[in-house]
Amino acid sequence: MRIELEKRPQASVFYAVLSPFIALVLTVIAGGIMFWLLGKDPVSALYSFFVEPLLDVWSLHEIAIKAAPLILIGVGLSICYRSNNWNIGAEGQFIMGAIAGSIVPVVFHEWHSPLVLPLMLIFGMIGGALYAAIPAFLKANLNTNEILSSLMLVYVAQFFLDWIVRGPWRSPEGYNFPVTRNFAPEAILPEILDSGRTNLGFVFAIVAAVLIWFMMRYTLKGFEITVLGQSERAGRFAGFSSRRMIWFSMLLSGALAGLAGISEVSGNINKLQPIISPGYGFTAIIVAFLGRLNPLGIIAAGLFLALTYVGGEAVQLTLTVSDKVTRVFQGLLLFFVLSCDTLILYKIRLVFPGRTAAVAQDGLQGGAE
Amino acid sequence: MGIIEAILLTVVTAATPLVLAAIGELVTERAGVLNLGVEGMMIMGAVLAFVATQATGSPYVGILAGIGGGALFSLLFGFLTLTLVANQVATGLALTILGLGISGQIGEAYVGMSGTKLPPIAIPGLSEIPYLGPLLFKQDLIFYISIALVIGVNWFLFKTRAGLKIRAIGDNHGSAHALGIGVIRTRYLAVLFGGACAGLAGAQLSLVYTPQWVENMSAGRGWIALALVVFASWRPWRVLAGGYLFGAVSISQLHAQALGLGIPSQFLSALPYVATVVVLVLISHNRRMTLINTPASLGKPFVPDR
Repeated sequence: MRIELEKRPQASVFYAVLSPFIALVLTVIAGGIMFWLLGKDPVSALYSFFVEPLLDVWSLHEIAIKAAPLILIGVGLSICYRSNNWNIGAEGQFIMGAIAGSIVPVVFHEWHSPLVLPLMLIFGMIGGALYAAIPAFLKANLNTNEILSSLMLVYVAQFFLDWIVRGPWRSPEGYNFPVTRNFAPEAILPEILDSGRTNLGFVFAIVAAVLIWFMMRYTLKGFEITVLGQSERAGRFAGFSSRRMIWFSMLLSGALAGLAGISEVSGNINKLQPIISPGYGFTAIIVAFLGRLNPLGIIAAGLFLALTYVGGEAVQLTLTVSDKVTRVFQGLLLFFVLSCDTLILYKIRLVFPGRTAAVAQDGLQGGAE
Repeated sequence: MGIIEAILLTVVTAATPLVLAAIGELVTERAGVLNLGVEGMMIMGAVLAFVATQATGSPYVGILAGIGGGALFSLLFGFLTLTLVANQVATGLALTILGLGISGQIGEAYVGMSGTKLPPIAIPGLSEIPYLGPLLFKQDLIFYISIALVIGVNWFLFKTRAGLKIRAIGDNHGSAHALGIGVIRTRYLAVLFGGACAGLAGAQLSLVYTPQWVENMSAGRGWIALALVVFASWRPWRVLAGGYLFGAVSISQLHAQALGLGIPSQFLSALPYVATVVVLVLISHNRRMTLINTPASLGKPFVPDR
């Protein structure tokens, strides 16, 4: 048996909408097989992974808290990927944003003012954007591959955070634990609902997604991003500069990742510690693709991947499987998303050696179309 | 054995996995396929090598398991990017994310277990040479394979017909296809070779470098290997040189930590990653040279017309 692809005359709108859902179904099936291999009842495992968190107010809030950074980073990355700038170092920009934003509540902890929180958020965005400016500068001016440079900088950021919470910023009241002092109440993002912990970060995520959706759909900038991403040459003829686009997309996604970082630290953790992210910067890559690089799709995708985090924690408790299943799920999901996207541009045909004649005829008809 | 020799010995151990993973990726990229999943294939090789060694007691079975695991895992990448023409960058990332997840899952029961170290094999006669002998001729099997692979790949790519075909496909898959070369089939083989090498590199980590299983133990080495291929301008001998350069940087960083120079250990630990970026910048700032060296079809999808 052989698989052959036939290019569609134009991209299929039907499959563009359907492919993420096919991928979800395939992931759930593969997940069931995985639970079965681990010796668990697949139906009840999948139920407690994907359904139970949705039935409980506390876990719904957890999903919103985890979705916020995923959506913020994901929409930023979608701009990068649409314009062919492969920023995969959002995790590092997230960390640097969190550190930069924490300057106010940690270093100037005696300063109390309603300006603290807005300043933190601005510093967070600047921190993330500056950190993304490194691979942007290296790509735009020195022709350095941004995939590798942005990823290498993730490790550097992780070591930097580790140093700063163990060294200069270690809390004097922290009993020698590697944490900074707890943020003062005015440095903490307020909760938005009476029923639980969801904080303002979730609002930032939705607002950012809607704004970027608007930019992509209704502004010249959005058009520029799409054109340069699909064909740099065509973009040049239209007078767009791919070098400026490197800066624009990297700084924007860095700022959003930085905002996600400071929001997470301010709204959820309330201090800096050596580990502040369960890999949000990498999971957001999956979010961006599952959302088909569309900001509104990314909101849905971010909520779904947040569910995999919360569901992973749930099965860890109820079924005593490890939290690694979450990462396996996320990896599988990206695989299925990418495979299903083939359906948008191509017809997939299975070719059996015994039926060559029929296939040849098929091919002719395909050619006549 | 003097202190210098001991240090050089650790450099060899640190360089071997980088050389292995990079030489495999070099062949893959020469065929025009950009597989960013080296880190994922490496970590799968590491965990499977460790598990197989624990199960059988033989690190040689572990080596085979590592190679097989890396190759099988690369097949997944091949299916998506070659058969389904999925985006190579995104699929490579998926491979890395999935590899880190699955390896963590498989290795969970093995965390903290002490492993079996692959024994060194002394080559009679040569290993007696002062200084050089213990360094180069009293090493483990994986080291010898790494050197043989560099020599072999160099010969294969530039002196054989099959190697010429691979380079032709990497430079212009359309013309290669028109000449009747099986582009997809050859690329599958190149991807498999890259996966096998990355798996072997992983096996070296869990059987030689630190004979135990630690989650995420590849620690970015797969990515450094990718940078090495760029650094080497897709030439095998330069992969060897670059691998040892990076090995030396990561080892000197460890020794500097041990000496306690007053520099925070985190800064020294970050050094290999910073060095990777610096080297990448130095090697690629000349736009024209980069363009000449890079396989022209690298990362571009190919659908055969009928």
